[in-house]
Amino acid sequence: MSNLIPFWFIVIAVLWTGFFILEGFDFGVGMLHDLVGTDDAGRRAVINTIGPLWDGNEVWLIVAAAAIFAAFPGWYATMFSAYYLAMVLLLASLIVRGLAFEYRGKRDAVRWRRTWDVLLTVGSLLAPLLTGVVLGGLLHGLPINSSQNYTGSFWDLLQPYPLFTGITLVLVCALHGATFLGLKTTGDMRERSGLLARRVAPFTGAAVVGFAIWTHVTYSGTFFLNPIELLAILAAIAAVWLVYEHRAGFAFAATTVTIASCIVSIFVGLYPNVMVSSTRAAYNLTVHNTASGAYSLKVMTVVAVVLLPVVLAYQSWTYYVFRRRVSKSDFEPRQRPAEPSPGLPGKT
Amino acid sequence: MNVDLARWQFGFVTVNHFFFVPITIGLAFLTALLQTAWYRSKNDQYLRLTRFFGTLLVINVAIGVVTGLVQEFQFGMNWGAYSRLVGNVFGAPLAMEGLAAFFLESTFLGLWLFGWDKLPRRVHLLTIWAVSLGTVLSAAFIMAANSWMQHPVGYKMVGGKPQLNDIWALFTNPVFVWGYAKVLLASLVTGAAVMLAVSAWQLRHGREPEVFTASARLALIVLLPAILFTMLVGDELGVIEAKYQPMKIAAAEAQWTTCQPCSFSLFQIGGGNNDQTPTEIIAIPHLLSLLATNSWNGKVVGLTPLQNQYSQKYGPGYYVPNVFIQYWAMRVMAYLAVLVFLIALWGVWLIRRKTLATSRLFLWVAVWSVVLPFLLNTAGWFLTESGRQPWIVQGIMLTKNGISPTVSTTWIWISLIAFILIYATIGTIDLLLMLRYSRQQLPPTRAPAEADEPVPAVQY
Repeated sequence: MSNLIPFWFIVIAVLWTGFFILEGFDFGVGMLHDLVGTDDAGRRAVINTIGPLWDGNEVWLIVAAAAIFAAFPGWYATMFSAYYLAMVLLLASLIVRGLAFEYRGKRDAVRWRRTWDVLLTVGSLLAPLLTGVVLGGLLHGLPINSSQNYTGSFWDLLQPYPLFTGITLVLVCALHGATFLGLKTTGDMRERSGLLARRVAPFTGAAVVGFAIWTHVTYSGTFFLNPIELLAILAAIAAVWLVYEHRAGFAFAATTVTIASCIVSIFVGLYPNVMVSSTRAAYNLTVHNTASGAYSLKVMTVVAVVLLPVVLAYQSWTYYVFRRRVSKSDFEPRQRPAEPSPGLPGKT
Repeated sequence: MNVDLARWQFGFVTVNHFFFVPITIGLAFLTALLQTAWYRSKNDQYLRLTRFFGTLLVINVAIGVVTGLVQEFQFGMNWGAYSRLVGNVFGAPLAMEGLAAFFLESTFLGLWLFGWDKLPRRVHLLTIWAVSLGTVLSAAFIMAANSWMQHPVGYKMVGGKPQLNDIWALFTNPVFVWGYAKVLLASLVTGAAVMLAVSAWQLRHGREPEVFTASARLALIVLLPAILFTMLVGDELGVIEAKYQPMKIAAAEAQWTTCQPCSFSLFQIGGGNNDQTPTEIIAIPHLLSLLATNSWNGKVVGLTPLQNQYSQKYGPGYYVPNVFIQYWAMRVMAYLAVLVFLIALWGVWLIRRKTLATSRLFLWVAVWSVVLPFLLNTAGWFLTESGRQPWIVQGIMLTKNGISPTVSTTWIWISLIAFILIYATIGTIDLLLMLRYSRQQLPPTRAPAEADEPVPAVQY
């Protein structure tokens, strides 16, 4: 049964990776929606590219958190209480951007919509930043004592590597969102998405290269990068090149691989730890000293093995149903149909 | 101090979350019924109602989803010691909820909203049923987790920690079976009350009487049995809780001494943990015996002997919940349920007399009665959760031992204030949007020629 402990670590890594692949472009779309859509119809079109998708994508985060709770309760307890204030801010960002999608179009007032635009942009930027700070901090290490409790202050959370992880994820999400919009919009919006992608790409590429190397030196004493870190670098460089080559489809594939390998590299670096203690290595939280009982893991394994493929199937189907590009013209105020002129014979 | 603040926070965000949850569960089901009626009858009025109430559903789901995020995170944030101790039992149903219910609900809601013109009608009808199924499943898992805190089952203690050893026990736990039934019924009551109130407002303003009479009738036909069964199931749940959590029920009657048979007081003056001899107004003989034990002469052990019993079993300490809250939560819940039942009965009687659309007094009452289910639900949760105190998990862990040991008072204050501000703002926005969209005109009728054309999708 002890095999299930690493298995659940992998499941959790997969859930976080899935979350960032899917919600990553939602974050990017949220950050960029005001730049790609220059008027209200344009912004609505941009938001509607992810309209049917974002909510299902966000569930990956909820399930990732719940899986940590169920499989590694000690990890869940320490992580969420240590990052207390960061979590409050993260929740606030997720709340305002979730409501922005649903409520923005519910009133036709300019101020109402512009307020939600600002909240959507800020929320979409803060969410990956904070999540990055949290994930980076797991690997970088926090002051944690022998009873697995966080002993630092709020400022101890803001170390250089975690902050850089957050910034990298923001940039990767921005590029991922831009390449997504390149595939999902038409006309001048599609052109602006490409333009934004080319503006962001060099910064994203540089950040990912720095992130991969920094991640490696954070946990390892060896010189050579491991394959997943190399993959992150190669995929980021490929993304930059493909963006400049105007290969929208391949560029989106490249940003997908980039974002996935960035997240996976954090988890590869972590294992078998789940939270590093900067106080003393012996106090590290590991998969073993935080894991649930064998029976719980077994039950959840059955549930996950049965349900995850089903979830993947219907989510893929959703993407297939909504595969069409979204046009601005769908959202422009309709021209009033000409009034039927009275008294014309023959028309009833 | 920290434990009180953490409890205030949990209570605040959870009560708020549960304003939106029952609307979602109830309205998703009713909307699915309306769409099924359209699918089968091809009658355009059901399509218009589906779209109208679907909009109200979505406005609520939005808040239910985002406030649900807070629920998922706060166990680790505020209740770290609790999460560490019981995560391997309590976490499992939460993870299953995400995998089985949240994915289903969220993905299919997107498909339903945006898929009107993209999916065949039959498939599209299935998507709203999938949403409804998701909401119902979600409640099952979270109630299994909550019921375990009320009456822990399916575990053994290993090294001072409860370890799950029988997952089925969580779902056959009598507290779960009856508590879950009660939550589903209460959600139907809430959804139906919202649909009734909106329809009544529209009827009072003379809008499309035929169509809104149909929705008012549907709401009443669901409401009457739902509230009746809520009360019956609630009664049975009381008997089960009296067995496993005798403090909860004894406190609900402020019964300090053991009695047999036991009466139920309609009101009392005074009372609470420091006043053991309140003035009881109108005591109905035998009623408490019936409620707590299902028998005419049943015995209810008083709070004082229970306190002595618990002190011997668990060591010195005060094990009596807040009696004032228990006593009044019980009565608010019971009296309001009777009130809702009478209103529903009145409405059904008017349906029989075919004067539902024209009885202005009833329509006025029906509009305002929309607040009742929310008060009723909140009182019910106060009774359940406050009655569990001082335990966070009955018999296993005290609430005061469950908090995160290193989270500072300042942090909890910051988060409490932040959540109050955010929830007050989004709650107000939700309410205003609900009022606005409840008072809108129905979407226009489609010309008969368009009947086979695809229905336009909903867009953000």
